[in-house]
Amino acid sequence: MSNPGQDKVKVRLATTSLAGCFGCHMSFLDIDERLFELAEIAEFDRSPFTDIKHCGPCDIALIEGGVCNADNVHVVRELRANAKILVAVGACAINGGLPALRNKLDIEDILRRVYRNPVTDEPCVPNSPELPLALDKVYPLNEIVRVDYSLPGCPPSGDAIWKFLTDLILGRMPRLEPSLLHYD
Amino acid sequence: MDNEFTIDEQPVPFVPGQTILEAAKAAGVYIPHLCFQPDFKRHGGCKLCTVLVNGRTQTACTHKAAVGQEVDVNTPELDAMRRSLVQMLFIEGNHFCPACEKSGACQLQALGYEYEMMSPHFVELYPHREVDASHPDVLLDFNRCILCELCVRASRDVDHKEVFAVAGRGLDAKLIINSPTGKLGDSAFAVTDRAAHVCPVGAIIVKRVGFATAIGERPYDLAQISAEAESCELPEAAK
Repeated sequence: MSNPGQDKVKVRLATTSLAGCFGCHMSFLDIDERLFELAEIAEFDRSPFTDIKHCGPCDIALIEGGVCNADNVHVVRELRANAKILVAVGACAINGGLPALRNKLDIEDILRRVYRNPVTDEPCVPNSPELPLALDKVYPLNEIVRVDYSLPGCPPSGDAIWKFLTDLILGRMPRLEPSLLHYD
Repeated sequence: MDNEFTIDEQPVPFVPGQTILEAAKAAGVYIPHLCFQPDFKRHGGCKLCTVLVNGRTQTACTHKAAVGQEVDVNTPELDAMRRSLVQMLFIEGNHFCPACEKSGACQLQALGYEYEMMSPHFVELYPHREVDASHPDVLLDFNRCILCELCVRASRDVDHKEVFAVAGRGLDAKLIINSPTGKLGDSAFAVTDRAAHVCPVGAIIVKRVGFATAIGERPYDLAQISAEAESCELPEAAK
């Protein structure tokens, strides 16, 4: 980080999507030309925007989606261990969201019904070691790690993300005015 | 003035017999509530309207206004308590706003907005509740029921049908239907009943009108629920 002429230390952001739809990340991009403004003061660590696979120490982690499998648990713990501030972004990160509609159903029953041998119609649940183990339920982030802030919405609008993020970066308590606070 | 009390140090007139909530409504002062609607018997169940009356907590919807009362409505402590109540209502049911037809016209959601609820905070219970789609015109989604008993009161006192009741206690309390099968389709319920139109959340949903008003253009998308006080009535779409 020793670019000549660059004396300001940039805020390091990490983002990831767990059991979500990437809608919150798409909404992040909806801050549009403010991305240039953000690039002046912040840089990305682990994020789908950078394709960095593992995160180092960073200031703010924005996490979209709930926790539905063992890999999600590892990812969210890695981000928690590295980020000073962890934000649950969007409905799924906050209360499990639509993926959590499966919580009232038995996971084994779901898998055995969905994965069938096309010829014999017998259950054939995928069992590759490559596949992360599904959890019994979809969990909100705050049931797995400590969450510092929540940014609701499905997805939160670009304006809401911008307001929240700039509040955080400037050291203010993040607050959404009524027009920006939505759960849908 | 004789018949007067104060809300947050502002004088509010009342008619003898009026509750604090009724007097406040008439004066255009907002006190939050979920289980209260003026046409039905007072219930005092949701506790959102909890206020301090001369320093003691009371439900404004059941407590009669009296001369000289000093009522506190908007204090940081009461607002924090109301936010916690809303959070507990959220985690007790399955309230997934993005998938709910009522979103934007739901009073529970609107109170979440009002009290800046950023997350439900408590551990989600994710209760197992069935949906009852047996009625041709009305869908019952028990996942969203907050047991306010407005439908119980409307069906009993206005429709004179007694279609709904609450059975069980505590976390086991649930809405039940008065029919041989326990299904709404086999009850005397009709879409023209008052009870079909009193649900403050998305538990009683009239079929085939769900998205007549688009998401984003609904009452609580456009204005906060506390703005109701100015008009002294609920927005049409929230009824």
